[in-house]
Amino acid sequence: MNATVRLRNALAVVLPPLVLGVLFLAAWQAWVVVSDVQPFVIPRPTDIWRSFIDDFDLVWKASVVTGMNALVGLVLGSLIGFVVAVLTNRFAFVSDLVNPLAITVAAIPAVVIVGVLNNMYSLDSQIPRRIMVTISVFFVVFVQVTKGLRQNDATQMELMRSYAASPFDTLKKVRLPNTMPFFFTGVRTAAPLALIIALVSEYFGGTQDGLGSKISGTLNGSNKALGFAYVLGGALVGLLFFAGSNLLEYLVVPWRRRGRSK
Amino acid sequence: MENSMTVSSPEAGTSPAVAIRGVNKIFNQGKPNQVDALVDIDLDVQPGEFISLIGPSGCGKSTLLRLVADLLEPTSGSVTIHGKSAHQARVDQDYGMAFQQSGLFEWRTVERNIELPLELKGWDKAARRQRSQEMLELVKLPEFAKHMPWQLSGGMQQRIAIARALASHPKLLLMDEPFGALDEMTREHMQAELLRICAAAGTTVVFVTHSIPEAVYLADRVVVMSPRPGRITEIVSVALGRDRSELTREATDFFARVTEVREALRGIEMADHAKGIDDR
Ligand SMILES: Nc1ncnc2c1ncn2[C@@H]1O[C@H](COP(=O)(O)OP(=O)(O)O)[C@@H](O)[C@H]1O
Ligand SMILES: [Mg+2]
Repeated sequence: MNATVRLRNALAVVLPPLVLGVLFLAAWQAWVVVSDVQPFVIPRPTDIWRSFIDDFDLVWKASVVTGMNALVGLVLGSLIGFVVAVLTNRFAFVSDLVNPLAITVAAIPAVVIVGVLNNMYSLDSQIPRRIMVTISVFFVVFVQVTKGLRQNDATQMELMRSYAASPFDTLKKVRLPNTMPFFFTGVRTAAPLALIIALVSEYFGGTQDGLGSKISGTLNGSNKALGFAYVLGGALVGLLFFAGSNLLEYLVVPWRRRGRSK
Repeated sequence: MENSMTVSSPEAGTSPAVAIRGVNKIFNQGKPNQVDALVDIDLDVQPGEFISLIGPSGCGKSTLLRLVADLLEPTSGSVTIHGKSAHQARVDQDYGMAFQQSGLFEWRTVERNIELPLELKGWDKAARRQRSQEMLELVKLPEFAKHMPWQLSGGMQQRIAIARALASHPKLLLMDEPFGALDEMTREHMQAELLRICAAAGTTVVFVTHSIPEAVYLADRVVVMSPRPGRITEIVSVALGRDRSELTREATDFFARVTEVREALRGIEMADHAKGIDDR
């Protein structure tokens, strides 16, 4: 009985967006067919799918390039953001300094930094893009972890004091675990951002082997179906990032799976 | 296990469990928001004694308890625990503490919550595990060792918090409205359990509450406090004997003590009104 209830709950979550997506694709297909839109203007979903299957190796290669850039940047940015937030936590001025900086970086199209970085590395290097993703992710995670480190349960902190726990023990056994949900909020927020930055940073020169370059290249040409197949590849990578970061959170902070008793 | 708690060190017989001498606590001294939280507090708590602290909110009960726990320092005066400074007692984990919020660590299982103070004391894993099992038996929740805190009801969480406070077998237990968030039935049950546990181990308890029947049911002496500034106005000896049961709550003597405490508190209220201070 428990299992059926759980299945029903899962369906209630998955089904509505699935139905909406299918309806959207059907409407798209119907509209293109009925109004006879030329395939080089807007392709049919069925053509996109065919292109995705036929040229899967092309889409796969480009997806791996961009996906790896995003992943490397996401992992590095998250780790650095976490470590720096913990190390600078004693000094309130650091986060007072970094927080407005983070907002500024988020507000201006900072991907232009890639243009500068490109000049510092060889033409076929992915490093400038990875650095760009790392920077963007860093700020998101840093801000969240800093917030988490400042929001401690008063009772838990008094208990640790009553045990005469050292600052290090308090950090390790209470403040860091308390911060993990904030860390994963940061990672989950940063995951789609990482992919977008990885895509967009390909527009600023360098090798043309990633999804971003391929999408802009093919969408301007006549094979629109292939262009949309690349977009589909990007969407699937995005889904993977979303699922991955949520799974990680589910595994690492199990106490957040259900409502807390506080 | 119980022996190790009742056997007392040589000087423990002569010095009180808690000695509060001429204690004053002023928050934000010299600033516009200065608060005279406690004024001229003198109180001795004897080993094995159960003391209830009662008084209107803001009269400094929590502050007094935190001074004993060395979570705050007195502005003047001294607090000693079995002859040691409050600070040394804290460093030695000589007392256990529980609050209105259970303060359980959500990422730890029930048993690992109970083991945390022992872990910080450097106990090895086997000894910790054995003690946490004992403590779970003591609070009658042995089957919940591997559960996570959020899987437990509020009353059960509070029992785990008490088990954790008692894990290192402290001679002194400090509690700040630990049953304040519980329903009346659970609360009365927990009171009886607490008396059973502390009597068995000979634990000294300082217990903050704002419930008059709770204060009387639990205590050997009820310390009545008044606010602005925080003072001890009266100490009511309960003298109902140590063997208290559900019948105690219906005894004539019990009601007499409840009335006595209530009148002491009413005296505070009257005095406040006479001074033209609004109680809110
Ligand atoms: N950290 C603090 N800073 C300033 N004032 C405080 C602080 N803690 C308590 N007080 C004040 O001291 C008085 C006594 O507080 P408290 O001990 O919490 O009372 P009670 O526990 O009896 O309700 C109150 O007026 C409260 O506002
Ligand atoms: Mg209080």
